[in-house]
Amino acid sequence: MKNFLIALLLVLPAFAHAGEAKDLADDPVMERRMILLAEKVRCLVCQSENVASSHSDWSNDVRQIMRDKMKAGASDQEIMDMLVERFGKSVLFDPPVDKETLPLWTAPFVFLFLGIVVLFFQLRKRSTVVQQEVALTSEAQAHAAQLLKEENK
Amino acid sequence: MMRFILPFVIFIVLSVFLYIGLGRDPREVPSPLIDKPAPAFSLPLLYDTQKQFTTEDMKGQVWLLNVWASWCGACKDEHPVLMDLASQKIVPVLGLNYKDKREDGLAVLRKAGDPYVLTLFDVDGKVGFDYGVYGVPETYVIDKQGVIRDKIIGAVTPHNLRDRILPLVAELNKK
Repeated sequence: MKNFLIALLLVLPAFAHAGEAKDLADDPVMERRMILLAEKVRCLVCQSENVASSHSDWSNDVRQIMRDKMKAGASDQEIMDMLVERFGKSVLFDPPVDKETLPLWTAPFVFLFLGIVVLFFQLRKRSTVVQQEVALTSEAQAHAAQLLKEENK
Repeated sequence: MMRFILPFVIFIVLSVFLYIGLGRDPREVPSPLIDKPAPAFSLPLLYDTQKQFTTEDMKGQVWLLNVWASWCGACKDEHPVLMDLASQKIVPVLGLNYKDKREDGLAVLRKAGDPYVLTLFDVDGKVGFDYGVYGVPETYVIDKQGVIRDKIIGAVTPHNLRDRILPLVAELNKK
């Protein structure tokens, strides 16, 4: 009985299979190309994820459409253009620099520049303040020297 | 004095930006299809899959295309609003039953009422994809020339119907 159970357990892994890899296309080269392209596309349902890694229904559809288009001989650029035409540039994780996206691309540098300017003026102000404080009158200096002398006794 | 005014101004500006940011839905991606011709298609009707509808049939009319599905929660919220709109007969609303089982779609219309002039059956979502649908419900306002004039992502509410959809429909009908 025990042996039978062990044998049964040993056979069990043969029936285990992962259901997820199901939608792998018959052509692994094309599937690889599709995944590389899908990594550049934003999943609009789950916006911080890309279409290649997303499990949403919409991403599944986009991947299937990419496969279909590739099978029909479309280039990567043609597929991307088709997606942008329907969903806008926000589907691209790396949107092209143009009139519409210019603020998006330049804003970090503008803020960095503003930060540097503010920092520069702050530091300059501070250094002049420090210099003013250092400029003691000779009387005060004599007094300070006196105090230090007393301390050292 | 300047020491207090400058941080205060920065604080106000940041607050305004953050406040506007809070009110916006990041899921609402502006559609590039607005002011472009609505993609032409031909689809079977949900009630009678033998019959075909083409976008040509609506030329010369201002109409709404409402994308819905039986599996979509927000569609149930907007359903009564559409029923109310249908009873007023202001603008024809066509339904696009998106990636649904035919019997499920029909069951919804039987149970909750049918606000649509026609319901089109987009079983594989191909037409929805051409219209840039990524989350149901979505509603398109299409003018007499067959140009998409607006797209509402998410449910139609009495609020956006009154302030956004109906004024646009009225304006388009005048042209």
